[in-house]
Amino acid sequence: MQPTRVISRHTKDLDTEYKWGFTTEVEEEVAPKGIDEDVIRYIWAKKQEPEWMLEWRLRAYRYWASLKYEEPRWASVHFPPIDYQGIHYYAAPKSVTGASSLEEVDPEIRKAFDKLGIPLQEQSRLAGVAVDAVFDSVSVATTYQKTLEKLGIIFCPFSEAIQKHPELVRKYMGSVVPYSDNFFAALNSAVFSDGSFIYVPKGVRCPMELMTYFRINSPDTGQFERTLIVADEGAYVSYLEGCTAPIRKSNQLHAAVVELVALDNAEIKYSTLQNWYPGDKEGKGGIYNFVTKRGKALGRRSKISWTQVETGSAITWKYPSVILQGDGSVGEFYSVALVNNYQQADTGTKMTHIGKNTRSTVIAKGISAGHGNNTYRGLIKIMPAAHNAKNFTRCDSLLIGDRSGAHTTPYIEVRNPTARIEHEASTSKVSDDQLFYCQQRGISEEEAHFMIINGFCRDIFKELPFEFAVEARGNLAAGSVPPPDCFVGCRLLAMTIRKRISGTGY
Amino acid sequence: MSHHNGDTRPPMLQIANLHVAIGDVEILKGVDLAVRLGEVHAIMGPNGSGKSTLVNVLAGRPGYTVTQGEVLYEGMDLLRMLPEERARAGVFLAFQYPVELPGVRNWQFIKTAVDSIRRHKGLKELSVREFDRLLQDKVRTMEFDPELIKRAVNEGFSGGEKKRNETIQLLMLDPKLALLDETDSGLDIDALRTVASAVNTRRSSSNATILVTHYQRILNYVTPDHVHILIDGRLVMFGGPALALEVEAKGYDWLRQAAETTG
Ligand SMILES: Nc1ncnc2c1ncn2[C@@H]1O[C@H](COP(=O)(O)OP(=O)(O)OP(=O)(O)O)[C@@H](O)[C@H]1O
Ligand SMILES: [Mg+2]
Repeated sequence: MQPTRVISRHTKDLDTEYKWGFTTEVEEEVAPKGIDEDVIRYIWAKKQEPEWMLEWRLRAYRYWASLKYEEPRWASVHFPPIDYQGIHYYAAPKSVTGASSLEEVDPEIRKAFDKLGIPLQEQSRLAGVAVDAVFDSVSVATTYQKTLEKLGIIFCPFSEAIQKHPELVRKYMGSVVPYSDNFFAALNSAVFSDGSFIYVPKGVRCPMELMTYFRINSPDTGQFERTLIVADEGAYVSYLEGCTAPIRKSNQLHAAVVELVALDNAEIKYSTLQNWYPGDKEGKGGIYNFVTKRGKALGRRSKISWTQVETGSAITWKYPSVILQGDGSVGEFYSVALVNNYQQADTGTKMTHIGKNTRSTVIAKGISAGHGNNTYRGLIKIMPAAHNAKNFTRCDSLLIGDRSGAHTTPYIEVRNPTARIEHEASTSKVSDDQLFYCQQRGISEEEAHFMIINGFCRDIFKELPFEFAVEARGNLAAGSVPPPDCFVGCRLLAMTIRKRISGTGY
Repeated sequence: MSHHNGDTRPPMLQIANLHVAIGDVEILKGVDLAVRLGEVHAIMGPNGSGKSTLVNVLAGRPGYTVTQGEVLYEGMDLLRMLPEERARAGVFLAFQYPVELPGVRNWQFIKTAVDSIRRHKGLKELSVREFDRLLQDKVRTMEFDPELIKRAVNEGFSGGEKKRNETIQLLMLDPKLALLDETDSGLDIDALRTVASAVNTRRSSSNATILVTHYQRILNYVTPDHVHILIDGRLVMFGGPALALEVEAKGYDWLRQAAETTG
């Protein structure tokens, strides 16, 4: 026989070039490596916090220390032991300490946020979105504070809230995620340095999108932010968080805590575009993302809705949950988790139904490519008093290539017989035939993947709040502003979302 | 081999001594075929004789190994091109079994395809309105249920709907070389007539069509220039439209025997 010509070819990996891996040269003030009570005091002193905060931090630290470095290991993620004494628990650009206006912020830091497309200037591309920009352990700027203040809305760095609104912080901090909740929540409670605080007063609909952008810069530094959002009776707020980090060979720890509280008839919509550095093609480096997010739908007919697009991080361990305490309260969880190369994601939600007539919806889409491993882990818990509780859950997995994995572990615990629970699940694979069909129509393999992923995620993408920018750009006839690129890790997802927004029929 | 003695232009498609295997099994055992602009060729043959293999290989479907031979398309070495490059160069395959793309809207799929090909030609992408106008026009001609345009590509479509969907794509992409793999199978008589009329309207001196079919009945509506019979990986006979009638009447056995004695 003649030399053989094979017409097929290997499937390329998804393009995952990480464009936000740059580092910023700034002088930073860094706590010595490691953690002990002195480091806790150091952080507390740096932040000039009141006495009660030190007590709180120390209590959390002592609880954490009692766990003897034993992280929860029930998730299907694998990682070598983390050296908790090899991490800096505090790093702040020197220029920020004491900066009272944007002009005083280090131009290098402003440049970094510019590069990321995150405006620290109010009259900018994303005008109409209030931004809190967090760089390593501190918030460097918060925009539109004055505008929001007029409505009684508080949107400020967490550390500022501790100083200016201690009554609110003391009332709600730890009320949803106590420091003893889990290993990482305890660690966060001990060393957290910044994050955002939001309070929306009675009857106020927050007129703009609130956003926090987290940037890790300093090496060997952990980021431990804390966010607390309280929506008073009848209030509404939509909040978006994004994050990126430089490319580094070693793993970096990110352990955040987010607490949401919704009172009677209040609604909180919380969206995340998680795009931490995912590590390289061989699985080296990347962020360990261990996050505790929980909302308490405390009031009657209150509503908490989580939407997340998780594309970054070497490891994602995250279960944004809702405690449905108020009668008639609603909890939602919409998730897209994409893993590629050697990324691992174990993510899902916990819906705890306590009140009567509570409803929850869970739609989780997992996409696994390369050697990526994706697990959905969910718990639907119906407590005895939760008459007529309803849950609908759907978990769909999409496999790309044949070395990736998808797993679904739904738990259901029903202690009230009137509950109605529905669960649907599916797993599909992008087949060679599907790719070929697209290619035969002139569509490249990459675009074919993106079209299929987009179709797969449509239900979730429509929950993302990008339309917010429409009004802000009245001068632009066609549609809204696409989200800054840095929000979306995988280029495919970025393209998907951009196309959807540019309104070309997607 | 060449039976186009009157025409001196080089063929748009020239297949020479094509051998194709799936794994270790040889499916095509030396196929020669020349297709000129303006022509419609019908390929008939029993199940499993390699008809789909032939058109799939031309379109670049993975899973086949070309062990010998070559294919020139408009002077290019077709077998070296990626499937999407072939598509952009004007090769279109209407699938015998159209593929379902869950979640991907038919509308979006066709627009992406049209735009990819337009980009390749250096043309601007169509605006939503322009595209929609064109598409609606084809949907009407094909008597296609407009709802199917909004649904996911081929998902839950009936067999006939899938075939019509292939035909709409054929009309929207307007390729130079159309390879229609049993696009007439599974169609009711009205649908058959519309598909045939689509092929006829396309017919011009700037394109060509290869029609794989089992049934003479489509040939009542589309008159091919040439009919070829493929048996066991070889084109054993060619002729005019009358050959199709003969096959319909006598079956393939007599051709099989003829092939064995000569092969
Ligand atoms: N993926 C495959 N693996 C193994 N054999 C295959 C594969 N695909 C096709 N074949 C074999 O190749 C031969 C030719 O198949 P092909 O589909 O080209 O036939 P065909 O002439 O189009 O038949 P039909 O009229 O039934 O559509 C058949 O024997 C078939 O079983
Ligand atoms: Mg066939």
